[in-house]
Amino acid sequence: MPSSITTSHGTGRPPDARSGSPAHDDRLPQVHLPRNEGLPLDLDWVMRAEANTSAIARRVAALPGRRSLKKVHQAAWLLRAITLIDLTTLSGDDTPDRVRRLCAKARQPLRHDLLRALGMEGTRITTGAVCVYHEMVPTAVEALRGSGIPVAAVSTGFPAGLSPCHLRVAEIGESVKAGAREIDIVISRRHVLTGNWQALYDELREFRAACSDAHMKAILATGELGSLRNVARASLVAMMAGADFIKTSTGKEAVNATLPVSLVMLRAIRDYEARTGFKVGYKPAGGISKAKDALTYLTLVKEEVGNRWLAPDLFRFGASSLLGDIERQLEHHVTGAYSASWRHAIG
Amino acid sequence: MTVKDIFASMDYGPAPENPAEALQWIAGHDGRFGLFINGSFTPPRNDFASRNPATGTELARLTSATPDEVDAAVAAARRAFGPWARRSGHERARILYALARLIQKNARLLAVLETLDNGKPIRESRDIDVPLAARHFCFHAGMAQLMESELPDRAPLGVAGQIIPWNFPLLMLAWKIAPALAMGNTVVLKPAEYTSLSALLFAELCQQARVPKGVVNIVTGAGNVGEMIVAHEEIDKIAFTGSTEVGRKIRRATAGSGKALTLELGGKSPYVVFEDADLDSAVEGLVDAIWFNQGQVCCAGSRLLVQEGIAEDLFSRLKARMCRLRVGDPLDKSIDIGALVDPVQLERVRAMVAEGGHEGEVFQPECSMPNEGCFHPPTLISGLAPSAMLMQEEIFGPVLCATTFRTKADAIAIANNTRYGLAASVWSENLNRALDVAPALAAGVVWVNASNLFDAAAGFGGLRESGFGREGGWEGLSAYTRPRRKRLPLKPLAPVPPPEAGQSEGIDRTAKMFIGGRQTRPDSGYSRAVWSPRGRLLGHAGLGNRKDVRNAVEAARRAQGSWAAATGALKGQILYYIAENLSARADEFATRINAMTGRRNGMHEVETAISRLFTYAAWADKYDGLVHDVPIRGKALAMHQPVGVIAALAADEAPLLGLVSVMAPAIAMGNAAVIAASEPYPLAATDFYQVLETSDVPAGVVNILTGRHDDMAETMAAHMDVDAVWSFSSTDLSALIEHAAAGNLKRTWVNNAAARDWLSPAGEGRDFLAHATEVQNIWVPWGE
Repeated sequence: MPSSITTSHGTGRPPDARSGSPAHDDRLPQVHLPRNEGLPLDLDWVMRAEANTSAIARRVAALPGRRSLKKVHQAAWLLRAITLIDLTTLSGDDTPDRVRRLCAKARQPLRHDLLRALGMEGTRITTGAVCVYHEMVPTAVEALRGSGIPVAAVSTGFPAGLSPCHLRVAEIGESVKAGAREIDIVISRRHVLTGNWQALYDELREFRAACSDAHMKAILATGELGSLRNVARASLVAMMAGADFIKTSTGKEAVNATLPVSLVMLRAIRDYEARTGFKVGYKPAGGISKAKDALTYLTLVKEEVGNRWLAPDLFRFGASSLLGDIERQLEHHVTGAYSASWRHAIG
Repeated sequence: MTVKDIFASMDYGPAPENPAEALQWIAGHDGRFGLFINGSFTPPRNDFASRNPATGTELARLTSATPDEVDAAVAAARRAFGPWARRSGHERARILYALARLIQKNARLLAVLETLDNGKPIRESRDIDVPLAARHFCFHAGMAQLMESELPDRAPLGVAGQIIPWNFPLLMLAWKIAPALAMGNTVVLKPAEYTSLSALLFAELCQQARVPKGVVNIVTGAGNVGEMIVAHEEIDKIAFTGSTEVGRKIRRATAGSGKALTLELGGKSPYVVFEDADLDSAVEGLVDAIWFNQGQVCCAGSRLLVQEGIAEDLFSRLKARMCRLRVGDPLDKSIDIGALVDPVQLERVRAMVAEGGHEGEVFQPECSMPNEGCFHPPTLISGLAPSAMLMQEEIFGPVLCATTFRTKADAIAIANNTRYGLAASVWSENLNRALDVAPALAAGVVWVNASNLFDAAAGFGGLRESGFGREGGWEGLSAYTRPRRKRLPLKPLAPVPPPEAGQSEGIDRTAKMFIGGRQTRPDSGYSRAVWSPRGRLLGHAGLGNRKDVRNAVEAARRAQGSWAAATGALKGQILYYIAENLSARADEFATRINAMTGRRNGMHEVETAISRLFTYAAWADKYDGLVHDVPIRGKALAMHQPVGVIAALAADEAPLLGLVSVMAPAIAMGNAAVIAASEPYPLAATDFYQVLETSDVPAGVVNILTGRHDDMAETMAAHMDVDAVWSFSSTDLSALIEHAAAGNLKRTWVNNAAARDWLSPAGEGRDFLAHATEVQNIWVPWGE
């Protein structure tokens, strides 16, 4: 790695991999980093943010050709990707047992024999979190007890964010009370679309206060913001308001995570860190279902913000079917034969 | 490395492309290659080696063509020319299409071979060079198909001698061969001695594509082989891409030979970043601008001009980005910067940085570098003044030189403060600003919010000392065609000698010259009497000298900018007005012409001149550019820009029409003109300035000199502030002009001892418009 920047941030290992600590219960998403406190809304900074769509499209189009991961490196990166997944179920037909099943998969995302074949025995491989609706939080918390895997709750009138403001704020509090360590809130898209950055900031400030010790992941619903410039500006406002993560999408918009949007948000994160010193996490969500795509995203993260972000306290995939494809690719790596989905446990 | 280690480090690891097939191809030829002449390879010799610059290992032994072999190649091309040119466009299209498909089918082999031979990252040869080469053949297959219907008045030139550089070996080959073949020419191509292998593989593809014997000939060797091609009498056209120094030599060597010439030379292209740009994208664009192909790119964005208020911010983002560039084995798929082409080149770049770097602040990231091979780290030198050596001289390596500017005007001034004029980038989120700046830049190609975009559909080429001619697009076809026209011999026309007993009548009239809108006496203080063939003294005309030329060029330069900015409609209005005022004095002009020439067609000439003024008045607002369909979200705007200051030697035989025929297209297209009037019959031109004075022509837009053409031609051609010289003089000054024009590599248009019937349609039209304009391709990506 030629970069002096990335290496200066440390090894980039997730906390578990570094400590090997069995005391997973107290694992917090950002144990080693000062939490983003936010800052007063700086509209000059917000309004100077630009995003040139064509140039951004060229950058992301060229990226997969610029970096290539082969063999053992590919396998290692895919394993890392597993630890970065927010394993998610956000369906109207979720039941407690369905959520328990998912939590079991989160604890044990990869077959034992594959882990052994990859030489990863003794290294705890779990997903980054489990992400559910509020009603399922207690079930998930219970099912994950002792695993160190945090429960994330989508909140604030997810996915549209149009329920009464006080109810949205109250919803956060309820989920925190129920044991969610991370709250995935949705912003009011109308504030972005009407250029009311102050309103967006105020709303997010209020959400952040309601989150208290839980971490706030701000969903920008980038597919509904109209332009990459708006994505850049909304990202900055969210971080100024104290977001711990910025996240692309609910998964329910017509367009969810894309590479251009990711590039814009990662650049905003880099800009914010350069000016404030706070590292804010990034979560692309929706539409990332292939192992190959996951590698491209991780490459983009490594290239744009550095290795430190390749850890669950600063990066998550919001995905439900990605894990299955990674499992198949890892089995292929181990056996040399292409795999089948039914060979891997479902969640 | 175990999975566990990598899981912790998250390193990329090696991703090497396998060179086995390419090496096998070389081994299949016993590692030795002959020349490709008349459809087959000559027996190979061990004249010189081709090396892999990343490792220093020898790849193959190559043959350096002898004069006899070059003769044989040219003879083969000459024999093949007639039948090839007579084939239907469709037949040629099928063969070009086959070449495109064969390049695609052998894409990997070509890419690996290119990287082995040149040192460029495999990503670039795989994703850029080879696909663009295929695209060029496919595009020109289409041009061959359409030639008969769309270019019925154009004919191929004949045998083209093509000399290409080592930075894009296959791609430059494609840029040269595809349009030449499409238009019915045959070629003798010399690849650079460092990088001949892909051309030799291409020769095999020509065999597979059933390119007729002799249509494509490839001779290898160093500069001396290039010189043989340039000097060869049986070659009709030279196309060269390479250094400005060699381009200048070729200009001199071909002067007066009648060979058509296009030159694509060096550059020091500005990369202008305004405060409202997307800074991160501008930084990423720099990666493509100056670290693409190790900066060994003629159009590399090598001069970074940043608006002062954001300079610090931009430089810090840029430095962070540079830290993530990976330098190393070009065959590794995750490498951004490979090897420079040769130790000589590496030494040159190092020496320049060592010599000039201290004038600014040198930054090189702490990147891991291979221990051997021709590698140079990405380098930024900021804080340079425009006067710094490194801001002026082309480095041709991964070295970016930076300075700041204050305003739009400042940016344009610094950007244009260069001998070169190849390419430019403009970064601003405000398209008002970007589209205002782009056409003001002295560059044949401008990328708005982008860098180093290429496509066969858009012309590429420069101006000033970056050369002349375009490759690609409709505009590129004129480099390989000529108008279908009968060649008429040029008859030298001397002034009427003074009679033994002359007669004069009326009040003495001494014509002056017309410079900067004023009637001016000749600097020399000498005049020449103009006699009619019947021995009547018609008047005196000044003998212009180099100082008159100088004064006229200064006046023209002052006037040109604002004239170019006038609308086409206004230029047309003024041309109509000139015609109107000439018409009012038609009888007088006709009488004058008849008196000078002793012929009786004066009125026909005047009427033709009036019609010609109408022609260019019509064209003034109709010579539209093109909107090229390039593969981006956006378009490339092919703008017809004025050349600038055009100096012209008007035809001697048509005293008024010769002047009007060069003046009208020049000024219609926004140029300022310095015109030497008919040498034997100057008085129609000097009468004509009175017409100009009454027709609202702004001062300096047209300047008229009288005197001996051979006295003024060299000054015009050598003048560094003249952008083009045309000669239709009956004195064949072609060699003198083309030789002197090598100084600033201005465009020339000379008659090569051929005459033109000015009274016929051959005296006007698109050919004149093309010579009066530069095609500037402005790439405008868009998207929200």
